[in-house]
Amino acid sequence: MEKAVLSGNEAFARGAWEAGVNIGSAYPGTPSTEILENLSKYRDVYSQWSPNEKVAMEFAAGASLAGSRCITCMKHVGLNVAADPLMTLSYIGIKGGFAVIVADDPGMHSSQNEQDSRNYARFAKIPLLEPSDSQEAKDFVKVAMEISETFRTPVMIKSTTRISHSKSVVTLGERTPHKATGYEKNPQLYVPVPIYGRKMRVALEERIGKIRDFACTLEQNRIIEGSDELGIITAGIAYQYAAEVFPEASILKLAMSFPFPDELIIRFAKNKKRILVIEELDNFLEEHVRSLGIPAEGREYVPGIGELDLDRVKAARNRFEGKEEKETTPETLPVKIPPRPPVFCPGCPHRSVFFEISKLDPVVIGDIGCYSLAVFPPLSAMDMILCMGAGISSAHGVEKANTGQKVVGVMGDSTFFHSGITGLLDIGYNRGNLTIFVLDNRITAMTGHQDHPGTGKTLMGEPTFEASIEAFARACGIRRVVVVDPYDVKELRRVIKEEVAAEEASVIVTKAPCILLDQGKGGETMQIDQEKCKSCGLCLKLSCPGLEKHPGEEGDGFTVEVNPVLCAGCGICAQVCPFDAIGKPEDTE
Amino acid sequence: MKDTTNIVLAGVGGQGILLASKLLCEAALGEGYDVKANEVHGMAQRGGSVIAQIRFGEKVYSPLVETGTARLFIAMEIVEAIRHRKYLAPDGQAFINTQRIIPTTVSSGMADYPSDPEELVRGAIPNHRMADCLELAKQAGSARCVNTVMAGWVSKSLPFSEETWVEVMGRLIKERFQEMNRKAFALGRNLD
Repeated sequence: MEKAVLSGNEAFARGAWEAGVNIGSAYPGTPSTEILENLSKYRDVYSQWSPNEKVAMEFAAGASLAGSRCITCMKHVGLNVAADPLMTLSYIGIKGGFAVIVADDPGMHSSQNEQDSRNYARFAKIPLLEPSDSQEAKDFVKVAMEISETFRTPVMIKSTTRISHSKSVVTLGERTPHKATGYEKNPQLYVPVPIYGRKMRVALEERIGKIRDFACTLEQNRIIEGSDELGIITAGIAYQYAAEVFPEASILKLAMSFPFPDELIIRFAKNKKRILVIEELDNFLEEHVRSLGIPAEGREYVPGIGELDLDRVKAARNRFEGKEEKETTPETLPVKIPPRPPVFCPGCPHRSVFFEISKLDPVVIGDIGCYSLAVFPPLSAMDMILCMGAGISSAHGVEKANTGQKVVGVMGDSTFFHSGITGLLDIGYNRGNLTIFVLDNRITAMTGHQDHPGTGKTLMGEPTFEASIEAFARACGIRRVVVVDPYDVKELRRVIKEEVAAEEASVIVTKAPCILLDQGKGGETMQIDQEKCKSCGLCLKLSCPGLEKHPGEEGDGFTVEVNPVLCAGCGICAQVCPFDAIGKPEDTE
Repeated sequence: MKDTTNIVLAGVGGQGILLASKLLCEAALGEGYDVKANEVHGMAQRGGSVIAQIRFGEKVYSPLVETGTARLFIAMEIVEAIRHRKYLAPDGQAFINTQRIIPTTVSSGMADYPSDPEELVRGAIPNHRMADCLELAKQAGSARCVNTVMAGWVSKSLPFSEETWVEVMGRLIKERFQEMNRKAFALGRNLD
């Protein structure tokens, strides 16, 4: 059979296709994004970006009740947005197989928190599957569809960054088609008004009990026989580290880690001298294993903050075995090397906006997206980030606290459609007086360029209408709505000054495509006329990787040089330079 | 796992580290190995310091490489070589592109770029080779080919046949960039 090296996300998509999934929905979010991107390549599946995760899940719930097999995908914090439908979908149940694939981000590589989404499975009382590599990512979608339809329950599949973005070898299979059977009316089953809902509540408890029994017989809950001295209970990516660091141990590898397969756990633990639970983040398994009266160990050795890796699990083994921690004295370098945090790309249309905002020094309430990078010096133009949407609504809260401080809210275009509209409606409705920036770069940029309702294109590549941010803003009761080109720095400066000074709410839409979508837009790279340059360093405050600071010839002072490999030729630095020292070749000569 | 070969790639977001990693991965699969790889997407890509890890062998568990176990360590930028040197095994080999990419922390005056990073490498990384891969990439046709130059350079230290490399490059690289990348790979393969 054909083999391929697939990322976990490619494998989830492949698994959905093979399992006959008819419909997939998602809102992009690292590390989950590529699942739907890859699913959309299978043209016999209908895939869509929804404006947010709540909509994506509700949409998939409807499709499931019409008999389609569905997946809906999101990052961990996206599940918070979709928690409302999830908590009741477990009551009304599903018809066509329904899996929500959630990708956690232990270590916070690209997220604002590192919540352990496994808790949601227990909270919603739905089964939870945890793949440990790409093969299982593929296979478990099929398992999820079967469990889902057998027990009429939504199933959660939990991934992590290291599952979704690691690659491993997968044996490919063929598609088993599934045909949607149609919506069957049955309000007693699907309408949780109290009189029906209370019955559902009882049925939910019975169902999870049946799934618990089933979990003990699920073949994917495997025991890898080894020594009786040590039994390890683990699931997901932690299994890989455990198997490598404890090759001699017996391992209970849980594929379905909720509902807990109690009998299996008790049977496994019976003849083991010690039981060690190895899991990432919360003590989800460990607490339960201990509740069964098994003296399991775990968190005292295995860190629960940040992601696990081989080094950390090896160190855990040393502590577990009572060995001295190896004192590693890092060799020191004669000089420090400079940090290299992520920054706005050369040519990014966001750069000038934050440069200009920071000059006025207001309180800047930000949001989730590339623009969160404005927090770093020298731009230092982001004072708070909470979650998607808060860039508008929390800014409004700061303004209503009425302390006389100037406040602005900042949000991207995709984020605006995700959850900015209701916040703006709040400002319009309650007569807020602040300026909201919508940084419209015509794409969902940070996650790798996904379409959204404002781009005029669907995930399947079909043309569609372009939702207008300006029209939404006006419909929300905002009278001052200005669209400005962020590459025209002078005009941008004028607009910001005017709108921030206005005595009513305003929205500034800075509109220009993400530079990565429009490579070559700037044409030739910039040049610096070293005669005119006074080394004032103002352009360096733009924090552009295309501008480099080099030590001056006599050891003091510095020169600024353009890195022609990186410079996008956008010209923002030229407009910022007070000495007219930066320009295109034809200007400077 | 003793028979597992670990490779770590380090560089700057935007240098094409993902393609280099993909080439290595597919070549390992082509040779019939079990292979796992890891890469970083999202926030970490925006010009920040990035690494990718590849492991191949009989049976690979963890997709992550343990500190001090990389047989091959490929650094696409010289300061990144120093930053991530902890992955290199004591008897491993480091392949370092001497290209310098000045981070914005230096330009904004918060840090300094070492004045002689080559000297730092000589002091901190025992088994290293250094070459100007950017220059070779430009010779091949584009500065963007640094990744394939480096793949070519390291290819001689891997137990993969030339046919496998040719097949993998043919499959993974877009038609119109094929010639340029083949040239870049060959220039890298000629390096010591």
